[in-house]
Amino acid sequence: MDERITLNHGSGGHKTSELIADIFKKNLDNEYFTADDAAVMPAPEGRIVMSTDGFIVSPWEFPGGNIGKLSVCGTVNDIACMGARPLYLTCSYVIEEGFAVADLVRIAEAMGETARKAGVKIVAGDTKVAGKGQVDGLFITTAGVGVIENDVSLSGSYAKPGDSIIVTGDVGRHGCAILLARDEYGIEADVTSDCAPLADAALALIKAVPETHVIRDSTRGGVGTVLYEICDQSNVGIEIVSDSVPVDPAVKGVTGLLGLEPLYLACEGRFVVIVPSEFEEKAMEILRSVESTKDSVVIGKVVSDHQGKVVMKTPVGGMTFLPPPGKELLPRIC
Amino acid sequence: MNEAAKILQEYKGPKLRIMEVCGTHTHEIFKLGIRGLLSPDIELISGPGCPVCVTAADYIDEACYLAREKNCIITTFGDLVKVPGQKTSVSKERADGASVNIVYSPQDAALMAEKNPDREVVFLSVGFETTTPSDVLAVKYAMDKGIKNFSILTANKTMPKAYEAMASATDCYLYPGHVHAITGTKDCYDMLAKGTSGVIAGFTGPELLTALAVCVKKSQEGEPFLVNCYPRVVKDEGSPAAIKLVDEFMEPCDALWRGIGDIPMSGVKLRSKYSEFDARVKFDIPDMREEYKTPCRCGDVLQGKIKSYECPLFGKACTPDHPVGACMVSDEGACSAYYMYGGLI
Repeated sequence: MDERITLNHGSGGHKTSELIADIFKKNLDNEYFTADDAAVMPAPEGRIVMSTDGFIVSPWEFPGGNIGKLSVCGTVNDIACMGARPLYLTCSYVIEEGFAVADLVRIAEAMGETARKAGVKIVAGDTKVAGKGQVDGLFITTAGVGVIENDVSLSGSYAKPGDSIIVTGDVGRHGCAILLARDEYGIEADVTSDCAPLADAALALIKAVPETHVIRDSTRGGVGTVLYEICDQSNVGIEIVSDSVPVDPAVKGVTGLLGLEPLYLACEGRFVVIVPSEFEEKAMEILRSVESTKDSVVIGKVVSDHQGKVVMKTPVGGMTFLPPPGKELLPRIC
Repeated sequence: MNEAAKILQEYKGPKLRIMEVCGTHTHEIFKLGIRGLLSPDIELISGPGCPVCVTAADYIDEACYLAREKNCIITTFGDLVKVPGQKTSVSKERADGASVNIVYSPQDAALMAEKNPDREVVFLSVGFETTTPSDVLAVKYAMDKGIKNFSILTANKTMPKAYEAMASATDCYLYPGHVHAITGTKDCYDMLAKGTSGVIAGFTGPELLTALAVCVKKSQEGEPFLVNCYPRVVKDEGSPAAIKLVDEFMEPCDALWRGIGDIPMSGVKLRSKYSEFDARVKFDIPDMREEYKTPCRCGDVLQGKIKSYECPLFGKACTPDHPVGACMVSDEGACSAYYMYGGLI
């Protein structure tokens, strides 16, 4: 195998076949993984869910993961948010000429490992090579299919006044890890991305609490953006207690130094879950029993006041608005 | 509820106007929702202590001139990029192809000059006593390393003359803790001698509540007062090392405060023996000052004459995405804070 990716690897000829056999098939193989133009799988029973997501994170590797792991988690979690069991993924690579083959192997390994962990099969893919400087390293797009096996219906528009709001772990860790990995600020801190597949937690939750109203994964814009989206979609207000929002001490330190709001830093392994308050206890019990959501915390509630706004109770007892999302904090975070 | 919050909530008496001078105080007070905890008889005025907000339009024009006409690499703290000048802004110049780099410390600007010896690098040196020492350190670094392509465009300001100029707008200053960590308490005592009350305040929720409660309690005693409520950081003598460093490189000068006007001897500039690092001298920048006409009422906001939302542009023509006035640009600006956090107060 060559040391570097060349334009030949994207030509569709024997170099492409070599790449597929030695790297992708080796790491991603399963009974549906195809060498044909499209993969053929049995149709599942229930409603089909589809989603797609592109990944351009810079740097492509960071503490806690790499672009391969991220590209599986992103699509798997999007599907899981609808209450669906993720089944199949496709992946499309655009690789920059000169990219190290050893690095591509690491990315494919991470994809394979994460897919197995998430219980999803990667069934088809595509590889293109772009000239030097035309892309930065490599970009990955994944698309996924899942199935809703029961009559659960979840949506950001279902939040009702009185509902409890749960976040499934500390916030802002992925964004902070990327920020530090770029080494632009001369800050050193031990922060690992929270990037993780969450389908098992979502499925356990909706099985135990089918009354769940909303599951939303908080990615690029962080938990703050998700809360504002839900306010808009459901025509409600949201009240959170700022002290109850879990933030890793290192993340708190870095964001304090740089003047960033952790609620607006990206997560890649956190759900915002909204359930009727009478199911709060049950939902918390289930979420805390699953490894990826074991640190779930209730951070606030849905209210009928101040529609479209997120209000925070501050540590000194004051009330303030969470400033609405807007500023691009960090480009190329996922 | 804690004792301080109770004092602030239950105060009844003559209207008490407290001016928080520091932009970080303004931001934290909004962020913590402190205004909502205050008795209606207490009015907080957001004063002139956000460095971006008081940076004059012609200064922005000077920076744009250096980027456009002199092909300099402009280095700056991020907030300043969007501040409108008279005709343009640094961000518009950047969109037109000018080299603009956001840095987190002046030292980074000097390092950039070191790495780009074939380009002139200019750092936009704005701020108060808190940031001026680090600006000076960058100049010192360039001097020690023999870096010839680095200079700073100064608009550094100092607080004492501003305190005097704005004293009639407030009953009590909430003095900026970090400024006085550098300069000590002498300037506050000078104001006390002139009959102006104040407390030196820290920045956490409990520190702010305590300082405000002290304002209220001491005001009720009827005599002018000064209390250092931030003694863990502010010492009477300040930071002698920082004072000496700045004094060695800088000298007092008149300064134009956006929206407020000229305040004599309220700024500092590089002493003439360091003029090779003074961008204004080095590039012989023409006088950019002209009468600045704008419907923006930032000046009245900074002087406590109106609240941000009383400006006809607020939230309509002027928003954080499209700021007309500098107070809408920085997170520490009163208008930006009102826009982001306002509505509950």
